[in-house]
Amino acid sequence: MDTTQGTPAMMDDTLTLPRSADGAQRIDCRNIKVFYGQAQAIHDVSMSFPDRAVTALIGPSGCGKSTFLRCLNRMNDTIENCRVEGEILMDGENINDEDVDPVLLRSRVGMVFQKPNPFPKSIYDNIAYGPRIHGLANGREDLDAIVEKSLRRAGLWEEVKDRLTAPGTSLSGGQQQRLCIARAIAVQPEVILMDEPCSALDPIATARIEELIDDLRSRYCIVIVTHSMQQAARVSQRTAFFHLGNLVELGDTNQIFTNPREKRTEDYITGRFG
Amino acid sequence: MTDTVRTSAPSAAAARHLRRRRARDGRFRYYGLTAIFVALGALAVLVLTIGTQAFSAATYNVVRYEVTLDPAVIAPEGANRPADISRNVEGFYGLVRDNLLKTFPEAEADRVSRRELSDFVTRLAVLPTARLVANNPELVGSTITLTAPLNDDLDLYLKGQGVRERKIKAGAVSSVQGGQDGTFLLSGTGAFEAVVAGLAVASVDRAEDAGQPDVLLTAGVSTGRLSDIDAGSARMELLTGRAQDFAQARATARIILSAESERTISDRQIAWVLALREMGRVDRVPRWTLLTNSDSTYPELAGGLAAIVGSLLTMLITALVAMPIGILAAVYLEEFAPRNRLTEFIEVNINNLAAVPSIVFGLLGAALYINFLGMPRSAPLVGGLVLALMTFPVVIIASRAALKAVPPSVRSGALAVGASQMQTVFHHVVPLAAPGILTGAILGMARALGETAPLLLIGMVAFVGDVPRSPADESTVMPVLIFSWSNNAERAWEPLTSAMIIILLAFLLVMNGLVVFLRRKYERRW
Repeated sequence: MDTTQGTPAMMDDTLTLPRSADGAQRIDCRNIKVFYGQAQAIHDVSMSFPDRAVTALIGPSGCGKSTFLRCLNRMNDTIENCRVEGEILMDGENINDEDVDPVLLRSRVGMVFQKPNPFPKSIYDNIAYGPRIHGLANGREDLDAIVEKSLRRAGLWEEVKDRLTAPGTSLSGGQQQRLCIARAIAVQPEVILMDEPCSALDPIATARIEELIDDLRSRYCIVIVTHSMQQAARVSQRTAFFHLGNLVELGDTNQIFTNPREKRTEDYITGRFG
Repeated sequence: MTDTVRTSAPSAAAARHLRRRRARDGRFRYYGLTAIFVALGALAVLVLTIGTQAFSAATYNVVRYEVTLDPAVIAPEGANRPADISRNVEGFYGLVRDNLLKTFPEAEADRVSRRELSDFVTRLAVLPTARLVANNPELVGSTITLTAPLNDDLDLYLKGQGVRERKIKAGAVSSVQGGQDGTFLLSGTGAFEAVVAGLAVASVDRAEDAGQPDVLLTAGVSTGRLSDIDAGSARMELLTGRAQDFAQARATARIILSAESERTISDRQIAWVLALREMGRVDRVPRWTLLTNSDSTYPELAGGLAAIVGSLLTMLITALVAMPIGILAAVYLEEFAPRNRLTEFIEVNINNLAAVPSIVFGLLGAALYINFLGMPRSAPLVGGLVLALMTFPVVIIASRAALKAVPPSVRSGALAVGASQMQTVFHHVVPLAAPGILTGAILGMARALGETAPLLLIGMVAFVGDVPRSPADESTVMPVLIFSWSNNAERAWEPLTSAMIIILLAFLLVMNGLVVFLRRKYERRW
C-alpha cells in the first residue's frame, strides 16, 4: 500500500499528466475553484477527462463532486451566488470564457440527473425537443429518424416503439432514466455528464443503465458521479476521489480500488468514513 | 426508596401524561369540527335567507287584458309608422285603463278610486306590447290579449307578503238587506262568530296606537268592507261586485291587521285584485324580465340586463389588462429577475398593493383616469382599469406561487439539452404552471366581479336604463346595482335585491366551476 502523502500542488502535477490508454483528452480542467457566496466548495482542482472512456467521480456527500460535474456544462451559472474560477478547455477553448454561449455548450455536453426528469410530454416529444430547438432535423422524417436512433442507442426503442405518444412520465423509473439518456444523446453531444443516474433506481434498472453506459462509452466521453463504489468499479475506467472540495486522488479505476496511493482514499473505499 | 416506588411512579406519571395528550388530541379534533360546522351553518343561513327572499322574486303576477287595438287610439298617425306606435305608450296605457274601468265600473265614481285603479299598471309596462304592435302593424284593429305585470305592492299582497292579514271562513249568510246609506245588512245565525273571535285575537296582537283593523268579506268576485260586526249580523259597504253574491254564500273574511292609512294599498285595490284573480285574469309567471329588462324605477319592471352587460364589459377590460401584465410580471420576477434589494423591494410592494383597501383604488382611478386622463365617467372602461389595478397583484402572487411549484428538475432538464432560459420558461415551466396561473387569475377576476366600493367612486353607481353597447358607454355593474336596489325604500325591492344577489352568485359559481374544471383538465403530474 502506498502511503506517500502528497501536497495538493504535487498531486495536481502527477494527476493531470498521465493520459488514459484511449489517448485524446476531451476536457482539460485547470485550477478550478467554485464559490457559493463566500464559501469555497471546490479548491483548485485540475484534472482531465479522456474521450471514449468513463470517468467516475466518487467521494462522500458534500465533497463537491456534483458541483464539479456541473462546471463542465456551466449548469452552475443557473445557481445564484455561484462563481467558478479556472479554465476548462474543450478543443482548446475555455468554456468559462465570456463569449462562450452556455446554451451551445450544453448541446455539446449533455447531462443526466439523479432523479429521472422526463418532460411531462410524450415520449416522442421528450426526445425531439432538443433536436427541434437546435434545428438538427430537416423535416418530420429526419426527426423521426433521430428519435428512433436515440431511443435505440439508449436501449429503449423496443419497449416504447408502439407508444411514442404516451407521456414520458408514464414509464417506469429505469425506463424514464433511459429516456433521459436518449434525450441527452439526441442533440449529438460529445460529452455526457451523469449525476448519480442510478441512485433512484432498483438493482435491475441499475444494471440496465450500467450496461447502457458501457455501450455508450465507445462514442462519448462520459463523466459519472456515483455514491456506489461497486458501480464506479464496474463502469468506469478512470476514477477520481474527492474529499472536502479537494481532488484527493485520480487514477485508473483498477489502481484506485486495488492500490490507492492516498490514505484517505483507502479509508473511504474500505468504508471507514463517508 | 424501594424498587416499586421507583418503577411505578414514573410510569403513573407517564400514563397521566399520555391521557392528557390524548385528551388534547380529542379536544383539538372537536374544535376543528366545530369550526367547520359554524362555517357551514353560516353559509347555509346565508343561502337560505337570500334564497327564500329571491324565490319570491323569481315569479311575479301578471294581469291579462283583452283589448281592441283601436287605430284611432294607438295609431292616430296611421298604422304604417311603427316608430310612432312604439312610442305611443299613452295610447296603449289608455286601452288598459279603459279595460280596467269597464271591469270595475264603480271606480268611475270619484277621482281617488280612478287613480287607485290606474295604479294597477305602470305606463311603461305596456311598452313591450307597443313594440310588438309596431313590428306587426297587421295587429292594428284586432283584439289581442295584452299582458302587463301587476303593480309591485299588489303583487306582494297576492304573494302574501305586503299586508298582514288573517283569513277566516265565515258562516252562511241567510239574508242581505240594502240600507238607505248604500250599505247592506248581512245576517245569518252565527255567520260571523268566527270573525268576532278572530278580531278578539287580533286586538291582542296589535299595538295600542294602531287603528281599528279592517275586515273585508269576499264572495266570488264581490268584496265588501264589514263594520258593526256581531255573531249574527254585520253591516257591509260594498267595494266591488254585487251584494246578492253574498246571499246563501259562504264568504271568506279577511282581517287586515294594519289600518288602511298605514298601507300602500287600499281596501278597494285589494277588492279589485282579488276579483281579477277570481276571474282568472292573474297569472303567476317566472320573472324572466329580471334578466331581459334594464333598471327601472318601478320594481315590477326592473331587471339586471344593463348591469350584467356592464359587468361583462368591465370584466373583459380587467381581464385584458390585468392578466397579461400580471402573468408577465410574475414570470419575469420568478424566472428572470436577479435576487437583489430592488426586486425584494418590488416584491414587498406588490404584496402591499394586494392588501390595499379596494376603495383606495377607486380614488386612484377617479384621480388618474377621469381627472387626469379625461376618460369618460361611469364607463366600464374606467371601471375595468380600476379593477385591473386591484386584481393584478393578486394575479402576480398566484402566478408566482404556481411557477414556484414547478419542480426545478424540469428547468434543469430543459437547460441540459441546450434550451435557452426563455425556451425553458415558455416551453416547459409556464405550460406546467398554467392551471395554477389561470386559477389565480380567475379567482382574482371573481373578486373583481363582486367589487362595489371602487366603482362607486368612479360614478358607476348612476341609474342606467340602457344596455351599454361599448366599454365607453355609461354603465353599472351587478354588485353596484344590488347596492342601489337595497337603498330603495319600497318593499318590493327587497326580494328583487336578493334575486340579483343570486344571479351574481351564479356568475361567481360559474367562474369558480371554471377554475375547478381547468385545474382538473390540465393538471399534470411530474
